[in-house]
Amino acid sequence: MEAILRPLLPWIVAVPLISAAPERIPPYETKDFSVARSPLDRIVFQAQREAGIETAAPCSDEVFVRRVYLDVIGLPPTAAEAREFFRNRRRDKRSELIDQLLDRPEYADFWTMRWCDLLRVKSEFPINLWPNAVQSYQKWIHDCVRDNVPYDRMARQMITSSGSNFRVPQVNFLRAMQGRGPRPLSSAVALTMMGSRIETWPADRRAGMEALFSRITWKPTAEWKEEIVCLDPTPAGPLETILPDGRTIKVPPGDDPRTAFADWLLASENRWFARAAVNRHWAWVFGRGIVHEPDDIRPDNPPSIPGVLELLENDFVRSGYDMKELLRTILNSQVYQLSPIPRSQDPRAASMFASYPVRRLEAEVLLDSICTLTGTKEGYDSPIPEPFTYIPPSARSVNLADASITSPFLEMFGRSSRDTGRVMERSNTISDAQCLHLLNSSQIQQKIEKSWRLKQILQKKRRDPSDIVDDLWMAVLSRRPTAAEEGDAIAYLEGGEVPLKQAADDLVWALLNSKEFLHRH
Amino acid sequence: MTDPAISRRDWMKLGLMGAAGYAVGSNGLAAPVVRQPAKAVIQIWMWGGPAHLDTFDPKPDAGRDYCGAFTRPLATNADGIRIGEMLPLLAKQADKYSVIRSMTHGNNGHETAAYIVQTGHQPDRLSWPGLGAIVSAFKGYDHGYTGLIPPYVVLTTTQGRFSECGFLGPKYKPFATGGDPAKPRFEVEGVIARGISDERQKLRRDLLDRLDTLGRAMPTEIRFHNLDQCEEQAYDLILGDSRKIFDLSQEKDDLRDRYGRNTFGQSCLMARRLVEQGVPYVTINYKGWDTHKQHFEIMRRKLPELDAGFATLLEDLQQRGLLDSTIVWWGGEFGRTPKVLWEAPWNGGRNHFGNCFSAVLAGGGFAGGHVVGKSDKTGSEVAERPVHPHDLLGSICERMGIDPDGPLPNPMGKDLKVMPEDIPGFSSESKRLHEIM
Repeated sequence: MEAILRPLLPWIVAVPLISAAPERIPPYETKDFSVARSPLDRIVFQAQREAGIETAAPCSDEVFVRRVYLDVIGLPPTAAEAREFFRNRRRDKRSELIDQLLDRPEYADFWTMRWCDLLRVKSEFPINLWPNAVQSYQKWIHDCVRDNVPYDRMARQMITSSGSNFRVPQVNFLRAMQGRGPRPLSSAVALTMMGSRIETWPADRRAGMEALFSRITWKPTAEWKEEIVCLDPTPAGPLETILPDGRTIKVPPGDDPRTAFADWLLASENRWFARAAVNRHWAWVFGRGIVHEPDDIRPDNPPSIPGVLELLENDFVRSGYDMKELLRTILNSQVYQLSPIPRSQDPRAASMFASYPVRRLEAEVLLDSICTLTGTKEGYDSPIPEPFTYIPPSARSVNLADASITSPFLEMFGRSSRDTGRVMERSNTISDAQCLHLLNSSQIQQKIEKSWRLKQILQKKRRDPSDIVDDLWMAVLSRRPTAAEEGDAIAYLEGGEVPLKQAADDLVWALLNSKEFLHRH
Repeated sequence: MTDPAISRRDWMKLGLMGAAGYAVGSNGLAAPVVRQPAKAVIQIWMWGGPAHLDTFDPKPDAGRDYCGAFTRPLATNADGIRIGEMLPLLAKQADKYSVIRSMTHGNNGHETAAYIVQTGHQPDRLSWPGLGAIVSAFKGYDHGYTGLIPPYVVLTTTQGRFSECGFLGPKYKPFATGGDPAKPRFEVEGVIARGISDERQKLRRDLLDRLDTLGRAMPTEIRFHNLDQCEEQAYDLILGDSRKIFDLSQEKDDLRDRYGRNTFGQSCLMARRLVEQGVPYVTINYKGWDTHKQHFEIMRRKLPELDAGFATLLEDLQQRGLLDSTIVWWGGEFGRTPKVLWEAPWNGGRNHFGNCFSAVLAGGGFAGGHVVGKSDKTGSEVAERPVHPHDLLGSICERMGIDPDGPLPNPMGKDLKVMPEDIPGFSSESKRLHEIM
């Protein structure tokens, strides 16, 4: 089942020499960058030069428009949106598009999903937030992302708030974990806010952190699954403990040790918090962190290009922990706008970001993309008996608040289980079963056959086969077909072996199953 | 009156005999112990929690408040075992299975109980894998399984409520067939497509190959290479002979009738076919047992379905010589409250009950015709020989040739064992089911 384990030798031998590749490969590459070289680019390109790694070519507008839509709003551009971008002749049209996309409501939807993976938004086992709390927690996260609330403020609210999990949504951060008490709490805070696995810490630091979270208590109410998260009101003496950096701290009686921790964590000179945040955003955009895995920051796991983290951290703190600004910096870089086609076979090339790394689309993004371009809908089911949650079929799957509400497609394609918040819980690895589903399931086949959008393309008046092919390519791959593709497609449409509608369905089917559609590239 | 189940003392004697190389069959004669490990597990998952009193642990003397409508349990073909009156066909197969009447974990929440029963773990700080994922890890593609059908199949939809693969990762998730085996054509998602001829399949495949523009521009991309390999495997199934396994019309009508022409019955038949083909773990996700209300009406409707499917499965497996190598495990996440809730809003319902419930094991080297453990007069407490889920799962692992005390390789690189040895708070008496192994 797991293709990665299969022997690779015959394939490696078959690789042609890279020097034989043409200068710029259409339709994926272009000659010049259309964005200026930024300080970020200078650091990355210099690191690549020093390592003797050749950098990929700049990506074409066709690649860029698809990439930036998928990365910012979790959907590919529609045919109209792609065409509009290609028609635009302005020099700074890429930056302009980035700004537009960051302001779209779908930006908040998609990035909320990512945050919800990390913040473990799930009704049932092992998180057991339950439906009402899931809804309030997810809405709070969505509001924060939509309003671009500074990340330090978000973090402080999650760490230090008290109250009902229905009324003070962010207290669910202190409930969304398996088990209760100082150990799970300190582990969740370290993973979420510091990108670090607490089991890698020295014992005294671990104990110190646990002490800081030792006075939280959870109190049920008469309302089903309502809980008050608060500081234990039992009088306690002063608390003397050590912070994760080894410094001793004294918390006077009556003070909340969580506040003391938050003050330390969010102080601008403490780079731990900013480092974890920028590294995680980088990993969200590129599929791997400068420190990799992005939730395993520790002294013996060094960053691949240290200067990038320092630069982004400084900018992030200076901007007041502005997450959109951070994304804008990354997306406007030449590094982000590289072609996916590598120029170097050096094994370090991936960790040096010498080309844009291709990755299979996330389960939700893949499903939403297919639904959007075919104009079809999806059903989701909730096994949680009460209260039943109704999800309208028009909902995008990135908007599912609850990891306990799902569909067979999402499960098969490796949606995050949100059991621990670890990055590895989401899998974008292809499998035989996924291929079976994409190639041959009634779900995909019916979406294509019944698609009113695709019917429209076929039914427009005065249709030349090449117009149909053009429209299909634009709808599915956001670009015009190459000459060779156009030839193959027209031959299939006119070959007469399958009736026209079926032949067009088959073309769409083939494009949906293409590597270009299935992957960010 | 309770069943004259063999007492724990007797079992210890039998256990000693078993250790000497013999187990005792239901007829009381010593039979050679099956030493070959089992090859497959069929898990009949009673989603929602079946009532133990109405199935395998009847309490006719406890009165109407406990028995409700069912007061006349049936004698079976195994000495001293009586089961619920709605299960006459299973009564004739009791020599093939043993009933565990002292299952306990004490949890009454679906999601947590389903996790405990299928992972053997009380909630701790990890998210442990279910038994199907463990078997898939030890008996699947990593260890010589080469079948085109994935090694862990669920008929027909996944259970939800917890992540079956746990920390082992999505690679060990079950393959859910979708479709309905009781329909004229069992459309297994991805394998059997409606209205696409093999010829058109081949044309499409060729088209896909010709339009692989990005793939050709990136010949060294490992993810693309993996995708190509998966695609090839998928086509072996789409166009090859293995897909015929899902064609139930190849079975005799009479046999299909006996299994029952409903989703559960035909799923049982499908499970037999999958096991025959070498699939090591099949779950039949049998929904509809969460009967808070209208309990007895639902039992009258559903128990005959269960009876026919389960009993025919056992008989069929045996007739084909598969029962010795196939473990059949029946059970849900818990039982249901022994005392019937006659009052509103339940109006004759049973709620969740994790304190004491039943499970059934058959085949794969588990002796039939026995009762393990005992519940009290009303089925409310374990009276003898408590069996915790990890004892049951550990026993299945042992019979599958997976050392339950051995290491469980995991992506976190932690030093973990397949099954917990002891769970705090549970009696140390609680051990694996060697008396029926």
